[in-house]
Amino acid sequence: MATKISFILNGDKISYEIKDHWTLSYLLREEMGLIGTKEGCGNGECGACTVIVDKLAVNSCLYLAIDIDDKIVETIEGLASTDGTLHPLQQSFVDNGGIQCGFCSPGMIMSSKALLDENPDADREEIKHALAGNICRCTGYIQIFESVEAAKELAVEDKGGKNG
Amino acid sequence: MKEFKYLSPESVEDAISLYGQHSETSKFVAGGTDVIVKLKEGWMEPDFLISLKKIKELSDLHKNEATKELSIGALVTHATLEKSLMIQNRYPIIYDAVSNIGSLQVRNVGTIGGNLINAVPSADGAVPMIALDGVALLHGPDGERSVEVKDLFIKPYVTVLKPGEILKKITIPPQEANTGSAYIKFGRRAAMELPLIGIGVLLTLDTDQKTCTKARIVLGVAAPTPMRAFEAEKSLVGQKINEEILVKAGQIAADESKVRDSVRGKAWHRKEMIKVHVRRMGLKCLDIIKKQS
Repeated sequence: MATKISFILNGDKISYEIKDHWTLSYLLREEMGLIGTKEGCGNGECGACTVIVDKLAVNSCLYLAIDIDDKIVETIEGLASTDGTLHPLQQSFVDNGGIQCGFCSPGMIMSSKALLDENPDADREEIKHALAGNICRCTGYIQIFESVEAAKELAVEDKGGKNG
Repeated sequence: MKEFKYLSPESVEDAISLYGQHSETSKFVAGGTDVIVKLKEGWMEPDFLISLKKIKELSDLHKNEATKELSIGALVTHATLEKSLMIQNRYPIIYDAVSNIGSLQVRNVGTIGGNLINAVPSADGAVPMIALDGVALLHGPDGERSVEVKDLFIKPYVTVLKPGEILKKITIPPQEANTGSAYIKFGRRAAMELPLIGIGVLLTLDTDQKTCTKARIVLGVAAPTPMRAFEAEKSLVGQKINEEILVKAGQIAADESKVRDSVRGKAWHRKEMIKVHVRRMGLKCLDIIKKQS
């Protein structure tokens, strides 16, 4: 059973014929080849597949592709600029040891982006609350929290630069 | 996952009628955070998945300023409740319960109605709705009917909903003055966890701010369905509430509970935690009442 859906993916208007039972992670990874989004558990436990739909962090493994019709989807592929300049969150994860094996990083970064887009001044407790559904088996989380905190500063500097 | 046809009706009537056309092979879905797991695991294999997401009235959350009744549409997400200042300020027991369900990714999509209808013994969402004397409005092929949330559950995974019936909303009657409420999900860790035990307490005090006029003690994972500890509640009504009385109520609630050993924890541990947390949640209620005045 196929259905045609339209959505905005990382700023681009997309029309795609999907099958009703596809999950969003299947559409992104297996059909569109956007393998930056990882699928870990496939059951909404690990957060590796986190993407942003209409400004909210969601598990793309538990979200049907058909439900993104008319919605705005952001994935890790949309973060860096076309010239390769990393998004402040990506740069901060690199600089602060927020990445080891890297499998959880796209999900961590998308959860962090959804948080900082909504609440640019999020404190440590708010960061922990927002990232509680993203599991990392390497870093022990401390460097990840520090990366998000450092990204807040980078984002502020960025804004200053552009406005100046 | 088996293929299915996804249907998105825009009214409750259309949803019920679609279900009627394929009743043997249809399933309703709200947020999908439980249903999609069941589909993936093959525990559920419908030919038609009827989504309730496009039915606008089901996502309505508002307080009627005239009647002071709170109306929570079944499709209201946990995150919407968690972020609502009205819920945070006026219904702290709802905030306590929904802000720790699953993860933010799950709360952004999962709904209060889905949490209730999924009917697991550990449903965090059920405890506050019962403590607040919530009433569920059901709509099915034979029209509407109301059921108190405390009577919604029959056994694990089974509710009183008949085939083709939809939970439309939960109505919370007006709260009396001098009411405090609190919930704790007690588990081994804070996130991505089902509770070892869930304890919700609601207390209403007389104008003297001492004598209890109404008490609700509601337990999750203490029985096959969420349960009220009626004897423990009775022990509080008419009494001047202090820590000692709350300790006794905790003991009575623990005795009333039907806790058992499971993979997640032992019965004796659950009983001990009921004792501790009925007291702590009761004290939290008193604190909330004091801060209100």
